[in-house]
Amino acid sequence: MGTQMRGTAAPGRTPTSLSRRSRTKGGIGESTLRPDGTLKVIGEFAYSSDLWHEDMLWGFTLRSPHPHARITSIDISKALAQAGVHAVLTHDDLPTAHTQYGLEYTDTPVLADGVVRHHGEPVALVAADHPETARRAAAKIKVDYEPLPVVHDEASALADDAPILHPNRDDHHAGHVPHPNIVHRQPIIRGNAAEAAKRADVIVTGEYEVGMQDQAFLGPESGLAVPAEDGGIDLYIATQWLHSDLRQIAPVLGLPEEKVRMTLSGVGGAFGGREDLSMQIHACLLALRTGKPVKIVYNRFESFFGHVHRHPAKLWYEHGATKDGKITHMKCRIVLDGGAYASSSPAVVGNASSLSVGPYVVDDVEIEALALYTNNPPCGAMRGFGAVQACFAYESQMDKLAEKLGMDPVEFRQKNAMSQGAIMPTGQIVDSPAPVAELLRLIKAMPLPPEKQWETARGAADVRALPGGLSNTTHGEGVVRGVGYAVGIKNVGFSEGFDDYSTARVQLQVIGGEPVATVHTAMAEVGQGGITVNAQIARTELGVTQVVIHPADTQVGSAGSTSASRQTYMTGGAVKNACEAIREKVLETGRRKFGTYHPAWATAELLLEDGKVVTDSDEPLADLVDVLGDEVIDIELQWRHRPTEAFDPVTGQGFGHVQYSFAAHRAVVEVDTELGLVKVIELACAQDVGKALNPLSVKGQIHGATVQGLGLAVMEEIIVAKDAKVCNPSFTDYLIPTILDTPAIPVEVLELADEHAPYGLRGIGEAPTLSSTPAVVAAIRAATGLPLVRVPVRPEHITGT
Amino acid sequence: MRLTFRVNGRQQQADDVWEGESLLYVLRERLGLPGSKNACEQGECGSCTVRLDGLLVCSCLVAAGQAQGRDVVTVEGLASQAKKRADGRSGGADGRTGKAGTDLQPLSPIQQAFIDAGAVQCGFCTPGMLVAADELLERNASPTDADIREALSGNLCRCTGYQTILAAVRLAAARGTADTAGTADTAGTGG
Repeated sequence: MGTQMRGTAAPGRTPTSLSRRSRTKGGIGESTLRPDGTLKVIGEFAYSSDLWHEDMLWGFTLRSPHPHARITSIDISKALAQAGVHAVLTHDDLPTAHTQYGLEYTDTPVLADGVVRHHGEPVALVAADHPETARRAAAKIKVDYEPLPVVHDEASALADDAPILHPNRDDHHAGHVPHPNIVHRQPIIRGNAAEAAKRADVIVTGEYEVGMQDQAFLGPESGLAVPAEDGGIDLYIATQWLHSDLRQIAPVLGLPEEKVRMTLSGVGGAFGGREDLSMQIHACLLALRTGKPVKIVYNRFESFFGHVHRHPAKLWYEHGATKDGKITHMKCRIVLDGGAYASSSPAVVGNASSLSVGPYVVDDVEIEALALYTNNPPCGAMRGFGAVQACFAYESQMDKLAEKLGMDPVEFRQKNAMSQGAIMPTGQIVDSPAPVAELLRLIKAMPLPPEKQWETARGAADVRALPGGLSNTTHGEGVVRGVGYAVGIKNVGFSEGFDDYSTARVQLQVIGGEPVATVHTAMAEVGQGGITVNAQIARTELGVTQVVIHPADTQVGSAGSTSASRQTYMTGGAVKNACEAIREKVLETGRRKFGTYHPAWATAELLLEDGKVVTDSDEPLADLVDVLGDEVIDIELQWRHRPTEAFDPVTGQGFGHVQYSFAAHRAVVEVDTELGLVKVIELACAQDVGKALNPLSVKGQIHGATVQGLGLAVMEEIIVAKDAKVCNPSFTDYLIPTILDTPAIPVEVLELADEHAPYGLRGIGEAPTLSSTPAVVAAIRAATGLPLVRVPVRPEHITGT
Repeated sequence: MRLTFRVNGRQQQADDVWEGESLLYVLRERLGLPGSKNACEQGECGSCTVRLDGLLVCSCLVAAGQAQGRDVVTVEGLASQAKKRADGRSGGADGRTGKAGTDLQPLSPIQQAFIDAGAVQCGFCTPGMLVAADELLERNASPTDADIREALSGNLCRCTGYQTILAAVRLAAARGTADTAGTADTAGTGG
């Protein structure tokens, strides 16, 4: 079978589409093992917190105990006088007039500038020769605060006399928000919801609430800044996007970007929490001030203050449906708490609004989503990014509608499920597979786990299989099983007209008699396995088995963020693209050297496989080693996905998203209805992944996302008191699922290719974190008969005590 | 203060240790063994899990001074430890360790199983998880899923959803216990 050619292909006969015949070992589609696996299991993988440098100092950050206050004075003299302290810095010590940073708006002070706007805001920095010395010196800094009134929810933020948190806004959304304490507001109007509502036989409304979830990556924020002889700085850091950090760091330091050289260190998880800066600028400032390398490592307490969280949200929904189960219309209003600084709130608003309908066909909608500025902790990116909150609400509504109509909740969803060709509320046509009904069918068809697994042959209950576990709170009495379903839709890649690209530099040369490819990108490997996949792509495209992954740094162009489920699509796409260019060069050289020996060089479609140039009918023409000789082919190229458009600020219409990703869950829970304890027995997932480049990693992403959704359903919330103070910044009080809380997670994977994406793949990392939460809550509702409109569901919500 | 103790089979000494330092700090910052991780500093996450005279401990909660004269095994010593147990059963020699107490041995069965099963993503929980899983397999050569869950319930992982970690422990157990469960009586269950 011939390989399809694209119009823009380079001359000759290089197939540019799927290299589906590749036999090269370790290529795409195989579950090849992680290249960093061995170092990670022997404890020698260097995370950013493991770095060490001769003569290194430790940095520490003094943070505000107040959520909103004016700083009237700061006295650092006692801290400076302490033995072992090398520097103490406050806002007044910043080297340039550029004293703020931010992902979307430049609104976040590097160090508090006369005012603190949230609990835990950085106020001063200390560098000392021992971390404990730095901590103790920081405690000796005397800061006088004059507390200011606190803005903590929509009512207090939008009140007539509300303090304006950012009075001099100059961001691009400032002109069309109805109140300066609104970061961004996105309405979407399509059809006529009021008119359509008249056709409804039933109408259901609901108010839902989602608590503030934390990414809780295990490796706290950390890095090492080393001052260089040229006046610049070398920063070794755990981040999700080196070049975005660089763009924000350099102007604050007053250095040109080329003098801020960043290298990615080992990253202990991210999940969105490393998109914003944390200690990057602080460590650089201390290093430049002292002339010594400075390491900063947050502990868990500080980590809870050191990064943004998932936006807590309040959501109002109205749906109508006809008797035969077709949804007539949807109206919703979603209020996200962005906290003190903008972070990525505008983009989260865009997602929440544009994905608020879910994976359903609803032609008449009236949508409003907005994010507030408050004195609560800043919120921004976390896996699922605005789609998580909406999914909890619309899936709760689906169950409510089905119940009101007396329909099976899965059949009702299937009746309204979108498929390829459906129109989003933004007017965008879904132009690749959207197998929503099929995903629901798959999870429903899975066998249910056996009932009462706590029962043993001897008659005594195995309490480990019961809610409460070894706490021995029940032997089965009061325990009720429930089953719940949910499905969700997530966008992939950066949306709304953002110029989203990645860069790959690939070299091909002969080393030790073997062809070796070197892949250099700035992609942040945060645990997801992007480096594994990049190597697989290079093997497939270049037909070599030896691939070296160069460490990620800023010596190569930007890879964009490791977020938005985008890196396999984007940096994978960039590596593929660069490899195609390399292959073209190889074939050029081959034609020049050997073209006269075989007519196929001129006439056949040529591939690189198993270290050889071969024809499309598998005839080998030459060894790569002979074609390359001493030549090093070295190409760096940017690669973009197809462009998107901004949403219209009034109607919300626009081709806003690159790709959509779908997952569905079935949750089986057992609830001790007397104590309100929930045990999730099984959490099955079905997802369309387009093409599984590495099936083992795909499953790993689905498992991990599913469990984070479970955490939001029943465990995880940063409690912020009415005075805007954080109450539980520790793993003792902020609970994430343990292996005992985690059920079996059977996974079904569909591979329906998206023709617009490399290899047909679909970004997969986030979709399963959406539907997991509402599926678990639906199951608890089924077991208890309670409405449960808020996550996380706590025991007292079940017992009513 | 001066601290002297055995780490991964080697005598180690640390000088000028401040009394408030944890065993974890001394291992990571003074002995150049950063394999044990610090993720919560209050004994909730298990990332810093090591063996102290054979017992599993959160090294962040152990004052460094408590390790004086005792025997510590970290993730860096797991492979030698496994080899030693295997050799001990077959009467072989001690495993060699490198300068800083780092393994020169091939991977231990549990380490290999974590790689093969895809139980490593970001890897930050991995060292503590491995030390705990190795200890489980040492005392229980063929654990049930409930046993594995109980044994690893003090080790948080945020990436994997634990499915592949369960699979890895099962895999290591299934591959045979000869190299792993040297000190337990595992006759009949080894492979």
